[in-house]
Amino acid sequence: MIKLENVTKIFPGSEIPAVDNLNMEINEGEVCVLVGPSGCGKTTTMKMINRIFEPTEGKIYVNGEDISKINPIKLRLGIGYVIQEIGLFPHLNIAENVATVPRELKWPANKINQRVDELLTVVGLDPKLHRNRKPSGLSGGQRQRVGVARAMAADPPIMLMDEPFGAVDPITRARLQNEFLRLQEQLKKTIVFVTHDIDEAIKMGDRIAAMREGKLVQYSDPNELLSSPADEFVANLVGRNRSIKRLHLIRAYEAVRSNVPFLEKGDSMESVREKIEDSELRAVLVVDDRQKLIGLVSADDIKKDRGAKVAGDLAQEIENYVTDDATLNDALSVMLNLGEGYVAVVDDGHKLKGTITLGDLLEVVKDDDARAAS
Amino acid sequence: MNVFEFMITRRESLWHLTVEHFYLVFLAVLIAVIIGIIVGIIITYSYTASVFALTICQVLMTVPSMAMLGFLLPFFGIGFRTGMIALVLYSLLPIVRNTYTGIREIPNSILESAYGMGMTPWHVLLRIQVPLALPVIMAGIRTATVMVIGIAAIASYIGAGGLGELIFHGISRTQPYRILAGAILISIMAVMADLILGWVEERLMVR
Repeated sequence: MIKLENVTKIFPGSEIPAVDNLNMEINEGEVCVLVGPSGCGKTTTMKMINRIFEPTEGKIYVNGEDISKINPIKLRLGIGYVIQEIGLFPHLNIAENVATVPRELKWPANKINQRVDELLTVVGLDPKLHRNRKPSGLSGGQRQRVGVARAMAADPPIMLMDEPFGAVDPITRARLQNEFLRLQEQLKKTIVFVTHDIDEAIKMGDRIAAMREGKLVQYSDPNELLSSPADEFVANLVGRNRSIKRLHLIRAYEAVRSNVPFLEKGDSMESVREKIEDSELRAVLVVDDRQKLIGLVSADDIKKDRGAKVAGDLAQEIENYVTDDATLNDALSVMLNLGEGYVAVVDDGHKLKGTITLGDLLEVVKDDDARAAS
Repeated sequence: MNVFEFMITRRESLWHLTVEHFYLVFLAVLIAVIIGIIVGIIITYSYTASVFALTICQVLMTVPSMAMLGFLLPFFGIGFRTGMIALVLYSLLPIVRNTYTGIREIPNSILESAYGMGMTPWHVLLRIQVPLALPVIMAGIRTATVMVIGIAAIASYIGAGGLGELIFHGISRTQPYRILAGAILISIMAVMADLILGWVEERLMVR
């Protein structure tokens, strides 16, 4: 899909190449993460793909076509582009911002409108509420969403993303990453993703290109990068606690224990007592008649409220839950933040899928260590 | 005769002079806006050109208005046209400078994403750069207008007409009420222009 052949970039006035004889191929439908310390040439590499920078030497092919022979405007209209600062146009409202590329492509107005609503819904913003707002009226996370929506407006097969989730707090970032991965699973776009955060690289990437001083040091899938770093540089980049990093690679739905006891909100006190007695956690999750998680009943709650007739009366609101597309690392940070030994796992519709305990995470890490040692 | 009696009895000719003054300023600023914005935009593309153009405008501004009129006289003769040319030259600096800074101050990330998405340079200019620089450009137009309303009074000296005539006649005939009437009307016009253009500027800033 994208192929770089002996690509070198030397900026005027500099003697050291920013990118040094780079060869790599990015497959269709894959997320390729360029990762490395600042000044390693990752952003420069990305910006040569849409001809913001021209390579000093070498060739870049997109779909087998030499991009130096394609008109840059035409090339860019087919490549989605998101940068860290997002660069939303402050004088235009959200709908006009998202419509930038379709407008350049001269789509008819009703088609643009329809597409804008569709995209805002896809990135989780209600079109009715947000269409006519100005970027200054949005939160950081919402702006990032608009930035992604704008880049996807004309459904480009390729997207270039330069630290697209860099400017938001860690919790919002994790949520945006998860949403983006879920979206990518359906859309299967070819994505070049630049970050300096190795955790993000491991989480987002199908393939990771570790770069240093303009050179490609290792290009492999995240598992391989973790288990067999090519040299000391990559090993340092990945860090010591590689087993914990592997928690980024596993999603909650892959590790969830689904055979946990739970209560329906209409269940009698007798079965509440029975199930709590049986459970290791001395507490049981409660769902409503549509299997949606509504809370938790613990042994203490029964003692406190003697007037309760059914499980639903006792259910306490619960904070330690994750969606099933979260990574085990997200689950771990929820546990640590709230001081709980487990999290409940729910799907998009808030339906209970099961639980993951701290013990489950230890198992995963232990298995990995065993595999790495063998 | 005091100034108010004078202003009431001569209201017709005063009105005529006020309209003439306004017309002179309006035309001069209009021409300066057209030239200034175009020049201001062009010089954002070249550092050398920007230094050159801004220096010329700066020098023009420092020339005393009497000297400027005296310099233009041999080329354009006496009358309305010469006065207007002088006023255009005076109003250029704030407009060129503000257009230039207004465009240069747009954060790079906005331009990078515009170009990176495939907008043509022409669309980037018309849809992004100029609209974003508009409040700053408007501030330049406001400065130029208020300044030129004052300078236009001096242009009456070379027969450009306007409220300056009252002042010059008042001086030569030692009739202070004439001078005062001219000064009052010019001040009112300047304050009103400042308020109205300030309001427009504020409207453009709302985002």
